[in-house]
Amino acid sequence: MTVSLRSLRDPILVAISLVVLWQVLHQIAGDSAVTAPAPTLAHLWEMVGQARFLPHLRETGLAFLQALAISCVGGVLIGVVLGGHRLTGEVAEPILVGLYSIPKITLYPVILLLFGLGMPAKVAFGALHGIIPVVLFTMNAVRNVNRTYLRAGRAMRLSPAQTAWYVLVPATLPEIFSGLRIGFSLTLLGTMLGELFASQRGLGFLLMTAIDLHDVKTILAIAVLISAFAILANAALLAIDKRLHRGAAPDSEKT
Amino acid sequence: MIGKATVIRTVVLLGAVGALEIACRTGAIAPTMVIAPSAMVKALVAAMQSDDFGGHVQQTLSAVAIAMSLAIVGGFAIGALLHWIPFLRRAFNPFLAAYYAIPHFAFYPLLIVIFGLGPAPLIVLATLFAMVAMIVATMAGLDRVPRVLLKTARIHRLSLLQEIWRIRLPAAAPHILSGLKLAVAYSFIGVIAGEFILSTSGIGHEIAYAYDNFDNPRMYALILFVLAIVTTFNMLVWTWERRLARRRGMA
Repeated sequence: MTVSLRSLRDPILVAISLVVLWQVLHQIAGDSAVTAPAPTLAHLWEMVGQARFLPHLRETGLAFLQALAISCVGGVLIGVVLGGHRLTGEVAEPILVGLYSIPKITLYPVILLLFGLGMPAKVAFGALHGIIPVVLFTMNAVRNVNRTYLRAGRAMRLSPAQTAWYVLVPATLPEIFSGLRIGFSLTLLGTMLGELFASQRGLGFLLMTAIDLHDVKTILAIAVLISAFAILANAALLAIDKRLHRGAAPDSEKT
Repeated sequence: MIGKATVIRTVVLLGAVGALEIACRTGAIAPTMVIAPSAMVKALVAAMQSDDFGGHVQQTLSAVAIAMSLAIVGGFAIGALLHWIPFLRRAFNPFLAAYYAIPHFAFYPLLIVIFGLGPAPLIVLATLFAMVAMIVATMAGLDRVPRVLLKTARIHRLSLLQEIWRIRLPAAAPHILSGLKLAVAYSFIGVIAGEFILSTSGIGHEIAYAYDNFDNPRMYALILFVLAIVTTFNMLVWTWERRLARRRGMA
């Protein structure tokens, strides 16, 4: 009981101090720049209840889920190939790192031209953001599998499928999961960015409309909604992540 | 010495550009989608000669430079502070862990409402985006200073300043440098993405403007320009980091 209280204490303190900070900002900047927490949250509650809000939420959610599926499945597959074959990995790694650090938004017009306006472009853009960290982490995980485990597997005459299931999966899972967690955040970022530009539906579109109308309350409400979702999902993933890493072999912990 | 992987990588990249060139020239890819790489370069030269180009570039790069310096200096200072005051660190830790999960650009409209259109909200956004990477890296670096080194410092009776300058900072340098690398990349991403979405000038805005006007040659020229600049800059930092690492016999 005391343990769960202690683990809850820090996040609650942070949440409270953020709301206080928000209120202070509101006092300094005034209603036209930052609306107070209570009315904004009430507005959010009201907005979520409205029928015209749901299609936008669904649009963003669908785009995000599809992009996430592509990032995870594609990223792990590519990562396994690149990690398994040393030379291919060495050829591809700097290209991937380079791609990771460029402002991908500059490529968004190209994606719009290739996929057309609408859902496919958003999905492609979200996946473009999320897939690279998943590939990089998976590649590293596969590369760093302890050779002794594989030799032990061979000594026990495991079939390739058994080797994959009993040796490779448990050895690589913790690190791959860390990659998936970062991929999750970046996919969300990419999907949102895609919706802010040249979009007709979705939460990003609502944000842009709110800017045109100078509707600060709506801007803040949507920003809070997205952040809350991101933080909660991240906390859940982080908890799983920590568990997996605790269960990992001691020598993978050292590196 | 050039490794085998480097050679293959160069061939692959050149091959990709060549294939794109051929596909565009033969009409397999319509010019309304992608234009040939040679045409991109030609358009870039034309764009660089236009009058307003220098102004946009200067604006974007100065915003990036300010955001980058603020993020690196501020991030280092905050990271060091949190390292030395465990109480503050405990309070901030959950916040730092969740920080990069938040899609920051959702708050960009709010920054515009507060700071107005212009370079200020862009710089704030990019600084906020880049600073936390630096904070986390600084803390990680300072945490991992080997205890043996600190004991040695005590044996040699180093003063606090000497200990920081000669022991702690050099020992933490590799982590701090990787934070610096991220801060550089994130400053570029923050400024250009912000310009792209909602701004009236800067390279990011010019790309979005060219897209809206179906001006493909200019759009691709500017995209090429941004990618070239950012990649060059990242490579410079990367090479510098490698050289430092090699000098310490860690590469």
